[in-house]
Amino acid sequence: MSAAGPSRGALRVAAPSPFAYFASATLKAFNTNKTSWIGLAVFLIVVAAAILAPVLAPFDPNDQNILEKLRAPTFEHWLGTDSFGRDTLSRLLYGARISLIIGVVSTFAAMVIGTAIGMLAGWHGGRLDTVTMQAMDVLLAFPSLILGLILVAMLGPSMVNIIIAIALTSIPPFARIARAPTIAVKEREFVDAGRALGYSDTRLLIVHILPNILPEVLVMGSLWLANAIRTEASLAFVGLGVKPPTATWGGMIREGFENILDSYWLALVPGVAILIVIFALNLLGDGLRDAIDPKLKGEA
Amino acid sequence: MTTFLVRRLAFACVTLFATLTLVFVLVRIVPGDPAQLILGDQASREAIDALRQRLGLDLPLFKQYTVFLLGALRGDWGVSMVSGQPVIGEVLRVLPWTIELTVLSLVIGILLGVPAGVYAAIHRNRFVDYAVRISSLLGLSFPPFVSAIILLLVFAIALPWFPVISARSGSVAAWYQSIALPAISLGLISAAYVTRVTRSAMLEVLSEDYVRTARAKGVPWNVVIWRHALRNALIPIITVVGLYLGILIGNSVLTEIVFSRPGLGKLLIGALNQRDYPMLQGMMVIYTLIVVLVNLLTDLSYGFVDPRVKLK
Repeated sequence: MSAAGPSRGALRVAAPSPFAYFASATLKAFNTNKTSWIGLAVFLIVVAAAILAPVLAPFDPNDQNILEKLRAPTFEHWLGTDSFGRDTLSRLLYGARISLIIGVVSTFAAMVIGTAIGMLAGWHGGRLDTVTMQAMDVLLAFPSLILGLILVAMLGPSMVNIIIAIALTSIPPFARIARAPTIAVKEREFVDAGRALGYSDTRLLIVHILPNILPEVLVMGSLWLANAIRTEASLAFVGLGVKPPTATWGGMIREGFENILDSYWLALVPGVAILIVIFALNLLGDGLRDAIDPKLKGEA
Repeated sequence: MTTFLVRRLAFACVTLFATLTLVFVLVRIVPGDPAQLILGDQASREAIDALRQRLGLDLPLFKQYTVFLLGALRGDWGVSMVSGQPVIGEVLRVLPWTIELTVLSLVIGILLGVPAGVYAAIHRNRFVDYAVRISSLLGLSFPPFVSAIILLLVFAIALPWFPVISARSGSVAAWYQSIALPAISLGLISAAYVTRVTRSAMLEVLSEDYVRTARAKGVPWNVVIWRHALRNALIPIITVVGLYLGILIGNSVLTEIVFSRPGLGKLLIGALNQRDYPMLQGMMVIYTLIVVLVNLLTDLSYGFVDPRVKLK
C-alpha cells in the first residue's frame, strides 16, 4: 500500500481541475468495460420510465375495475390486470418510482454516513478505529435482510422507516471501503503538505482525501443500490413494504403470488422487472469496479 | 494458533454480547408500549399492567437487561405470546428444516461454483470466461423469491414434477421432492457468489511464482490447478462462503415463504405479523448464535487449510 506509484489511477492526486479529471477518469473506466455502458443505459431507461410514469401509464395505477379482473395480457392491458382489475403495466411504471426512491435515498444516506465513519476511523486510527470497525463487523455479520425485516416491523412499514432500515443495514460496507484508502492516502506527501500549511482535519478530509476515495465509494454505491432495491422488494414481498394500494414491485409479486395458479404473469412480470434493474446495476458497478481496481489494472 | 484462537473466541463473545444488546435495545425503541400494541386499543388498564408484568416490562431498564442477557445465555428465551409455548422449543423444532435447506444450498453452490470459477479463471478473457461471468452476475442479481417463484412456475405448475407446497413425510423420495426446488433456488444464487470469488482468487494465485515453478518442473497442468493453485485460493473462498452464509440465512426466509416450507423464516414472519416480542427476541438470539458460530468455524478452517495461519 505504501509504495503507491503514479500508476494507481484510483488514488491519484487530484489534477488542477478536479472535475475535468473526474470526468475523464469516469469515461475511461466506462470504456474499459463496455458492459458498464449497457448497465447504465438500461438503468437510465428504467429511471426515465419511472419519472414519466404519469405520461406513459395507460391507466391510473389504483383504478379498480372488478369486471376486468385477472385478465391475461390483451391489446388494451398489455400486461394484463390484477385481482382488482388494475392495469399491471401502469402499476409496474408507478412501482418503479417507489423502488428507485427508496433505493436511491437509502443508499445515498448509507454512503454518506458509512463513508464518514470509515474516513474518520481510518484518519484517527487507534482505539476509535478498532471499536468502530469492530461494530461495523458485528453489523455486517448479522443477516441484513433479517435486521431490515425486524426494524421495519418494529418501526412500522412506512416509506421513511423502510429507508431508515435499509440505510442502517447498508452502512458497514461503505465504512469498510472508505477506511482502507483513507489510511493509505493519509500517509501521502500532499496530506503532510496540507497539514504543514495549517489546514484543519475537516478540510484535509473533505477537500483532499474524499476526492481520492470517491471513485471506489461511488462504484460501491451502484452495487449497493442494487442490493437496496432487492431488499425493498423483499420487504414488500413479505408484507412489510409501503402500504397498499400504493404499487410496489415486491407488493405486486406478493399479490400476484396469491393467484399464481391461474394468472402467473402477475408475479412474473414485476419479478423480471426487479431482476432487470438489479442486473443492470450490477453490470454497471461490476464493470466499473474492474476498471478502477488497481490490482486488476495492470493485467487487463 | 492458541493466540489466534483466543482472539477469535474473544471476538465471537464480543459479537454475541453486542448483538444481544442490540436486540434488547431494538425491541425497546418501538414507539408505544409493547403491551398496549399486543393487546390492542380496547384492552383494559389491568390487562395491560398484567401483561407488562408478565413480560417483565415493569422492572427498571437495567434489571430488564440483565434478566434478558442471563436468560438468553441460559436458553430461557421466554414464552411465545401466540402459542404460549417456550420460545426455545418452538425455535429448535423448526431449526433443522432451515439448517437442512441452507447447508444443502451451500453444498450445491460449492459443487457448481468452484469448478465454474476455476474453469473461467483458466480460460481468462475467452468466451467461456465471459459467459461464466455474465451468468454468475445474473445469478446474484436474482432476488431469492423471484428465483423461487420461477422454479415453482416451471417445475411445479407448468411441469408437475414437484409439489407446489413442500412438506415432508417419511420416505427419501418425499424428502427429495420437498427440498429439491427450494435448495436449487438458493443453491444457484450461492453458486453465483462462489463462482465469482473462486474465479478472482484463482486469477490471483495463478500469477504466483510457485505456479510457474510447478509448471516448469513438469507437474501436470491439472495437478497444478487443483493441488497447487486451488489449495492456495481456498482462503478467500472460505471467507466469502462464511460471510455468504449470513446472506443465505436471510434469503432462506423468502424461499421458505414461497415454498410454504417450515423453518425459521416462516416462524419469523409469523412472529413479526403477530408482534410476538419474546419470539422475535429469541429468533434474533438464534440468528446471532448461528452467525457467531459460522464465523468461528470459518476462522478455524483457515488454520486447517493453511498452516501458515498458525504463525499469526
